[in-house]
Amino acid sequence: MQSKSPGLVLLDIVSVLLLSIATYLALIYAPTERVMGDVQRVFYFHVATAWVGMLGFIAAGVTGIIYLHTQNIKWDIVEVAAVEISLVFFFITIVLGSIWARPIWNTWWTWDPRLTTAAIVELIYLAYFMLRQGIEDPNRRGRFGAVYTLIGAISVPITFLSIRLFRTIHPVVIGSQSTEAQGGFNMTLPMKTAFFFALFAFTVIFIDLFWNRIRLGNLEQKVEQMKLKVMQ
Amino acid sequence: MISTEVTPNTSVYMIAGYAIFFGVIIIYLISLLLRWNILKRDIPILEGMEKQESIAEN
Repeated sequence: MQSKSPGLVLLDIVSVLLLSIATYLALIYAPTERVMGDVQRVFYFHVATAWVGMLGFIAAGVTGIIYLHTQNIKWDIVEVAAVEISLVFFFITIVLGSIWARPIWNTWWTWDPRLTTAAIVELIYLAYFMLRQGIEDPNRRGRFGAVYTLIGAISVPITFLSIRLFRTIHPVVIGSQSTEAQGGFNMTLPMKTAFFFALFAFTVIFIDLFWNRIRLGNLEQKVEQMKLKVMQ
Repeated sequence: MISTEVTPNTSVYMIAGYAIFFGVIIIYLISLLLRWNILKRDIPILEGMEKQESIAEN
C-alpha cells in the first residue's frame, strides 16, 4: 500500500484549516443569541454534522446500488467508508442536539418526531456494522450491505422532512416551522456566514475523511485476501 | 421602554458541546490511525507465511 498521495495530504491540511476557521466563526465571530445565550453556538456544528451525516448515508445507498449492479468489491469498500463516517457525525449531531435541548427545552431528550427518527437512523446504521461482522464471505457480505444501505437510506429523507411534516417542538431555522416549535431564531448576517461556512467546511472534511477511510478499506481488503490465501 | 430581558448564561453547555465534538473526532482519527498501523504490521507476517507455504509445497 503506497503512502498518501499529495492530493490527500493537501486535503488533510485544508480540512484542518477549514475546521479552525469554522470554529472561530461559530465561537467568536457570530454574535451571542439574545434569548438562548452561548448554547445557540452549538447549532452551527449541529446542523453541519447532520448535513454530512445524511450526505454519507445517501452516498452509501447510491454505492449500494452500484455494487449490486457491478458486483465490484471496491464499491463495498466505498459504502462502508460512507456509513462509518456518517455514523460518527450523526452521533455528534444527536449529542449536540441533546446538549442544546437541556437549557432550551429543559430536558436532555424527548420523543419528538425529529429526535426519534434521528435515533432510529443511528441505530439502523449501527446494526449495519454488527450484522456485517457476522458474514464471512466477502461477496455475500457485500450484497447484504448493499441491500441494507439501500433500504436504510429511506430513513434519511424521513428524518429530514420530519420537522416539516409533523407537529414537532424541534425548530426549523430555514423555512417555515411548526407552531409548537421551541428554540427557533432569526439569523443575522454574521450568523448566516458562520452557518454556511460550517456547512462548506464539513463537506470538505467529510470528503477528506471519506478518502482516508477508503484507503484504509483497501488495505483491509488486501489483508483479508492474504489471510484467506494463507488459510486455504 | 427599558428591556428587562437578560441573556441567560449557557456557556457551560456550549463548552460541553464543542468538547464532545472535538473529543469524538480525535478518538475517530486515532482509531483510523491505529487500524492502519495494525494492518500494516500484519502484511509482512502474512507475506512470510505465504512464502513458507510455497516453499513447503515445492
